[in-house]
Amino acid sequence: MLKLDEIQMRLLREVADLHTVPEGAYNIRSNSESAGRQSTANIEITPKTDVSGLEVRIKPGTKNESVHIPVVMTKSGLKELVYNDFFIGENADVVIVAGCGIDNCGNQDSEHDGIHRFYVGKNAKVKYVEKHYGSGTGTGKRILNPGTEVYQEEGSSVEMEMVQIKGVDDTSRTTTAELGAGAKLVVRERLMTHGSQKALSTYVVKLNGADSSADIVSRSVARDDSFQTFDAKIVGNAACHGHTECDSIIMDRGRILAVPGLEANDVDAALVHEAAIGKIAGDQIIKLMTLGLTEAEAEEQIINGFLQ
Amino acid sequence: MLELKHLSFEVPGEEEAKEIIRDVSLVVPDDKLVVVTGPNGGGKSTLAKLIAGIEKPTAGQIFLGGEDITEKSVTERAKLGIGFAFQQPVRFKGIRVIDLLRIAAGKKLSVSDACGYLSAVGMCARDYIKREVNASLSGGELKRIEIATVLARNPLVSVFDEPEAGIDLWSFQNLIEVFEKLRESISGSSILIISHQERILNIADEIVVLKNGTIDKQGPRDEILPSLIGTSAAVEECRRLMPAAKGAENHA
Repeated sequence: MLKLDEIQMRLLREVADLHTVPEGAYNIRSNSESAGRQSTANIEITPKTDVSGLEVRIKPGTKNESVHIPVVMTKSGLKELVYNDFFIGENADVVIVAGCGIDNCGNQDSEHDGIHRFYVGKNAKVKYVEKHYGSGTGTGKRILNPGTEVYQEEGSSVEMEMVQIKGVDDTSRTTTAELGAGAKLVVRERLMTHGSQKALSTYVVKLNGADSSADIVSRSVARDDSFQTFDAKIVGNAACHGHTECDSIIMDRGRILAVPGLEANDVDAALVHEAAIGKIAGDQIIKLMTLGLTEAEAEEQIINGFLQ
Repeated sequence: MLELKHLSFEVPGEEEAKEIIRDVSLVVPDDKLVVVTGPNGGGKSTLAKLIAGIEKPTAGQIFLGGEDITEKSVTERAKLGIGFAFQQPVRFKGIRVIDLLRIAAGKKLSVSDACGYLSAVGMCARDYIKREVNASLSGGELKRIEIATVLARNPLVSVFDEPEAGIDLWSFQNLIEVFEKLRESISGSSILIISHQERILNIADEIVVLKNGTIDKQGPRDEILPSLIGTSAAVEECRRLMPAAKGAENHA
């Protein structure tokens, strides 16, 4: 139980801020096997029998508990497809920390495709944190294709923090959500690509219930020769509020395509899209240089702040 | 001490090069506050940028404490002791007030140290320290944070480019007090302020009038100021800030 080497521990720290066994319910997946699992009185984690993955059942009314389900991969050439389903009971209030770290020192591609489905009960509250990280000097690519499906019942609220700052060569992230009456979805995505990385982020959020709302904000930086696509669509099928925002910095020969998509099918749907792409403002760099930083240090500070 | 020797700056024009600064020589002595004033378009902000290294002179030299810094970069000049407050403070997404003050101080600054700099510019520190330096702050707040970043560097020469620009009357009143306090603790350093404000000219040791890129007048405050009162080089805050006020047209 929980036999992890130095590299695996480092990946765990990067993706889940874990320095030791987490408190509460957890499942740590390492090189396609479970390296440790724990359920609690209110949160039950069981492996799926038909496909690879987990079922996480959170009892109604569970408060202030957390679930950690990090994944680490250190073997080159590993490719896996995992289905994790979360059933969050009514009135529960929980934090779910996922995340995947790949260290690939070999010449074969390593790929983790995780499909996460969230069934969020009435008035339940979920904070979901997902971090992606890649390292290793091999020529094999580090590939992550997360799929996230969210089904929110009346009055529920979901806050998602998606972070991918370093080392993932290829990623295609698809997030879909359907919201019932009064449900609220907040997404904060932070992304940095470098080298010749490619990142595609697609959202389709359907606001089906009256007074439902979605706020999707992506901040990203594309460096070197990397390429990003941010494709966010909000569909308003009722009296609702929807907002998407893509705020991006391009550097070197980086490229970004932002595709706004708003579909209002109800006269009381209020939908807004904002997108801004540009290089770092020259006066920001000069200001920090007048405070004693070099140009390179100034750029680093600006990007660090931007992705905070 | 800051010394400018025969400084010129020209930019390419449609037919011939346009001289923004022409053969300006100027000394800002230690322990002195010098105010550079003059009509709009006279080259004042360009002069400030030449001192900070943001623009490079086409002729002449700049000396800081006797060292020729003409060829030094913005970063090198900052490290040698030149502080520069922008006329239009820069906004940053995600960088907080405390982050900016830590960068300015160049060291790990405790929250109470950082609060000290904000208090010095008349801000209630705990309300601001964790806020982002972004568009959620007003023009007056950004101006004061800008000045606080210069204080945090403890520079040998502080250059303030039109601190009164773009702020409301109320903020301006408070700002004047900040400069009056700065004046009291000048020992060992010097201050150069670009300004049109009579109240700022009033705390100057020396006044320099820059017109059409050259020095029109230069000397102790008592000698220069009387000749400026009522001109656009020395307006009362109300006239400057409320251009529709009676008589403003004559001084614009």
